[in-house]
Amino acid sequence: MDPTTAPFWEAAERGELRVQRCGRCGHHQFYPRPFCLQCDAEGLDWVTVAGRGRIYSKTVVRVPLVTGFEPPYVVAIVELNEGPYLMGNVDSVDCKIGDEVVLRWQQRDHKYPVPVFAVVSPPR
Amino acid sequence: MGAAESALGRVENQSELSMAALASREALAEAGLTLKDVDGLFVNYMGQEGSVQVGEYLGIEPRYSDSSDLGGAAFEAFVHHAMLAVHSGHCDVALITYASRQRSRKSRPMALTEDDQSLMGQFELPYGLPAPIGHYALAAARHMHEYGTTPEQLAEVAVAARAWAALNPKAWAREPLTVADVLATPMMCDPLRKLDCCLRTDGGGAIVIAGKDHARNAAKRAIRVIGVGESQRAWNIAQSRDLTSTPGAAAGRHAFAMAGIAPSDVDVFEPYDCFTIAVLLHLEDLGFCERGGAGEFAKSGALRPGGKLPSMTSGGGLSYCHPGALGLLLLVEAVRQLRGEAGARQVPDAKIAVAHGIGGVLSTSATVVLARD
Repeated sequence: MDPTTAPFWEAAERGELRVQRCGRCGHHQFYPRPFCLQCDAEGLDWVTVAGRGRIYSKTVVRVPLVTGFEPPYVVAIVELNEGPYLMGNVDSVDCKIGDEVVLRWQQRDHKYPVPVFAVVSPPR
Repeated sequence: MGAAESALGRVENQSELSMAALASREALAEAGLTLKDVDGLFVNYMGQEGSVQVGEYLGIEPRYSDSSDLGGAAFEAFVHHAMLAVHSGHCDVALITYASRQRSRKSRPMALTEDDQSLMGQFELPYGLPAPIGHYALAAARHMHEYGTTPEQLAEVAVAARAWAALNPKAWAREPLTVADVLATPMMCDPLRKLDCCLRTDGGGAIVIAGKDHARNAAKRAIRVIGVGESQRAWNIAQSRDLTSTPGAAAGRHAFAMAGIAPSDVDVFEPYDCFTIAVLLHLEDLGFCERGGAGEFAKSGALRPGGKLPSMTSGGGLSYCHPGALGLLLLVEAVRQLRGEAGARQVPDAKIAVAHGIGGVLSTSATVVLARD
């Protein structure tokens, strides 16, 4: 956590996914910045979103390359329905790009819970 | 003006600094110059305030220095920076150098190390994505999804690199390799297999850039820099909106426009082949083929010896040498090809060569167009 991301992590502790929303242009922004990257307006709001989206890309890590992670496991980039991309683990090694996913919070060794995505349905 | 490799492969009787220093002297000798002539110094990955550490070792006090960390693409970017510095009279002789002993020292980190307060520490490191292979795997998976690129097409890049390496006595891996061999290696991060990944070797080199007045005193034929370009995108990969292209598209556009060339003018291509997918992205970014067409382009044999676009002619990072950052050695090979010094792997009558670097995790790119007069 840093001073600019505190609202995100404090919401995560309550099980909520919060991202910034620009009051002027409606752009949803993640990670947070002091202004909107799309229209340059200042004073963005924090909004709670559903944590639903689709897998933009994913890989299954098959070899033990990172301490503390037991292969195989999935790392994905999820495009939230509101637009931002978010990295997270996915609970199924069979997931595919385009799958609809929903965010679940998982408490690990870190102070704050981290997002883990669950597959809702395969792509149409 | 000068180009040299350091000791390569497994180097146990040198330090990084001595490797870089010896390569620097060799490159300067090609240019008819010595260390005393160097007044511009460009280094990356040589420790904190790297230009100072290297300058001290070389016993020089340059009036222009640059340790910009643009990852493995820094060396192509340094050609850009050095050209501007020389052109504007801020230095006369620019030396770009690098060396690593990451094989001997087993020092390649697989996780980027960032403190918890960094954005990467907060939003990417908690998920165990190994760097940089995991990042390139995400790019490869998306490229396959969008364009139907196949594992066989990726493997063909490694096969082409190996075919070149077989012609290069300095290459690390020279035994014959087939697509089936590549596909039989273990999956590391889907869809990248072991031989979709570059080597981990020791190595380094040096490049000398100087004004054309120096060309007549040079011991070897001087090569002209006719185009340079660079760009950058994301450090946190989820901040990139498109993993099927890289900042190389912009870097290449700038460099080709400056050189006044089209992709079809390029005789030799030295792409940064850290992973097979990287080469496919570079081919598309630079316009050697259509978006999504690089897999087919590679499969046609275009990259191999005798192919339409001879690429990775040293054997590349996949089969020749990958000392943590390959960018400098791409330039060395491009120079060798343009001078006609490449021996069995020489591309006949090569007049225009492109060295194209990428760095970080699809984060930075820089393109250099070189020409033989």
